[in-house]
Amino acid sequence: MDSSVLYVILPELILALGAIALLMIGVFSPNGETSGRNVTWLAIAVLVAAAVAVFEGSGSSAIFGGAFVSDSFTRFLKIVILVGAALTLLMTFDSFSRAKLLLFEYPVLVLLATLGMLMMVSANDLIALYLGLELQSLALYVVAAFKRDDVQSSEAGLKYFVLGALSSGMLLYGASMLYGVTGSTSYATIAAAAKMPEMATNIGLTFGLVFVLVGLAFKVAAVPFHMWTPDVYQGAPTPVTAFFAGAPKIAAMALLLRFTQAALPGVSSQWEQIIIFVSIASMALGSFAAIGQTNIKRLLAYSSIGNVGFALIGLAANNTEGTAGVLIYLVIYVAMTLGAFACVLAMQRNGRFVESISDLSGLAKTNLTFATILAVLMFSLAGIPPLAGFWAKWYVFLPAIKAGLYPLSVIGVVTSVVGAYYYLRVVKIMFFDEPAEGFSPTEGRTFAVMALSAAFVVAFVLPFVGGTVVDAATAAASVLVPAH
Amino acid sequence: MASALFFYLFAVLAVVAGASVILTKNPVHAVLFLILAFFNAAGLFVLLQAEFLAMLLVIVYVGAVAVLFLFVVMMLDVDFAELKAGFIKNAKIGALIGGIVLVELIALFGYRGFTVSPVMNPSAPIPASITNTRALGEILYTQYVYYFQGAGLILLVAMIGAIVLTLKHRQGVKRQSISAQVARGPATGLEVVKVPSGGSVIPPAVKHPEAAE
Repeated sequence: MDSSVLYVILPELILALGAIALLMIGVFSPNGETSGRNVTWLAIAVLVAAAVAVFEGSGSSAIFGGAFVSDSFTRFLKIVILVGAALTLLMTFDSFSRAKLLLFEYPVLVLLATLGMLMMVSANDLIALYLGLELQSLALYVVAAFKRDDVQSSEAGLKYFVLGALSSGMLLYGASMLYGVTGSTSYATIAAAAKMPEMATNIGLTFGLVFVLVGLAFKVAAVPFHMWTPDVYQGAPTPVTAFFAGAPKIAAMALLLRFTQAALPGVSSQWEQIIIFVSIASMALGSFAAIGQTNIKRLLAYSSIGNVGFALIGLAANNTEGTAGVLIYLVIYVAMTLGAFACVLAMQRNGRFVESISDLSGLAKTNLTFATILAVLMFSLAGIPPLAGFWAKWYVFLPAIKAGLYPLSVIGVVTSVVGAYYYLRVVKIMFFDEPAEGFSPTEGRTFAVMALSAAFVVAFVLPFVGGTVVDAATAAASVLVPAH
Repeated sequence: MASALFFYLFAVLAVVAGASVILTKNPVHAVLFLILAFFNAAGLFVLLQAEFLAMLLVIVYVGAVAVLFLFVVMMLDVDFAELKAGFIKNAKIGALIGGIVLVELIALFGYRGFTVSPVMNPSAPIPASITNTRALGEILYTQYVYYFQGAGLILLVAMIGAIVLTLKHRQGVKRQSISAQVARGPATGLEVVKVPSGGSVIPPAVKHPEAAE
């Protein structure tokens, strides 16, 4: 094996070796908060180093017999994942320190989960897909139950684990079907086999692809495989929830994109209808079920379900612009979600965290900066122009309309309007309701994430911010889905 | 002729032992039958000229896994009758759902063809010039090194997770501190008391520094 292989997987190597090294540092340093704090900072450094390594990469290459690919599509998503993971780690200090959870195991598990996500993004083979997915999921199950003395957190971890194991089983079953009918686990060979005329009516292929899509839909929390999301989001410690809502979604969407576009382009009529149904169901449930929520973490859980539905519109369009739309949507979604969860982390009163929406009432009178930032994020999530959330929807709806998916687009716009109701309700409560007791001053690092996210959302309309993202996403998408 | 004889010997014994594992009431007997089944399966591997797998089966499964099972069965006081009661309670629903899925699958694959496409190679050729061990090693550590390392990381996560979620550093447990014992000298370990004639001395309370926590 020549050394160029090592260069291609350099970001993954940095994460793997970094995680093992940090584990050793954590184990051999005296117990306590100091080691947790130091290891968390070191983990952020490792993530940044990996992001630099991704950024330095160039060209397209497939290594390990084509199981692992690296091109501008994977590099785009890997940078988003690494930045998202680093920002969520930055938000953990204050909250975990109060909950006596600032342990070194958390950053190590986050590093390993992020490594799994990078492997998912680069996966070009069913075995590589499964290994990446399991590495990520297993680490996520553990961090969901990280506050192990808390009943809700343990329940979240257990629920996530049992349902996740079930979905992994379905995915494996589907993968075995695909292997059975095509004789290979490699995406390229599956694609070649699926193109053959006698495969068009092959039940085994359809069956396998349905089961794999079920498994992946569970991982992105798309309806009807979303049941775990609100409970897990509410039960897990808030910094963990912020992590769940960001990077893993991107990795699973990347997996979905590459699996459908690289392995099964020949049978797109088979999976397109599934994607369209899942997309509509997710948008509808995300909009309507969120209306009655009183807990802000549950609200954001339903919001993330709805957002996945919107992102899937771009996949349903099944062309370069649609894929680019998904990538743009994911970047903006991560920025908004991280900001929103940073706001949730900043909701503390007398040293205790509050999660109820009514706790926000009259926030504009007690803390105008906080209220403005959260309002900007809510407006953006609702899709009000000229904020980033509007452009995210713009770039997925436009290709769908061009591809002739009119019913899907119309339903998308309608549910978007319904969804705007509950986002704007939060703004209304903050600005027009009777003021409740003010929050404690926000911790600096959490505030930095809030401000950064709001600034990105506002500045997206500027060409050097939005334009850069759009250009990079289009370049990345054209690698995966060449223009016809 | 001889190989056929041995095949039937190993195969029959393996099937009988396998059936006995789930049919015997005594769990210790079940584990012993499992070991018998492993040995016969290893014999079948030898007949297939897969000597490395046969060795692996004996060393890993008989030597480690089955013995571990035996320990678990003997150490844990598991009431199997109680477990079976729960199984029987849910068996009807399980059998119903499983039956429906089975019928569906049979109908599905009976209806249209479910064939491995001919152009793709359904099985890899058996390498003739190199040994079993080397062939496996080349696949595992060269061709699939990425998967091998990935699986290793997954196991690492499982280990970290089990420790994070279950390990409790219990307070107040008396542990032996060898350095403290060695450092103990007459100054700390001995007290000279003067006993008044005809009286008695109440010994001072023995202090355990760790028990006090």
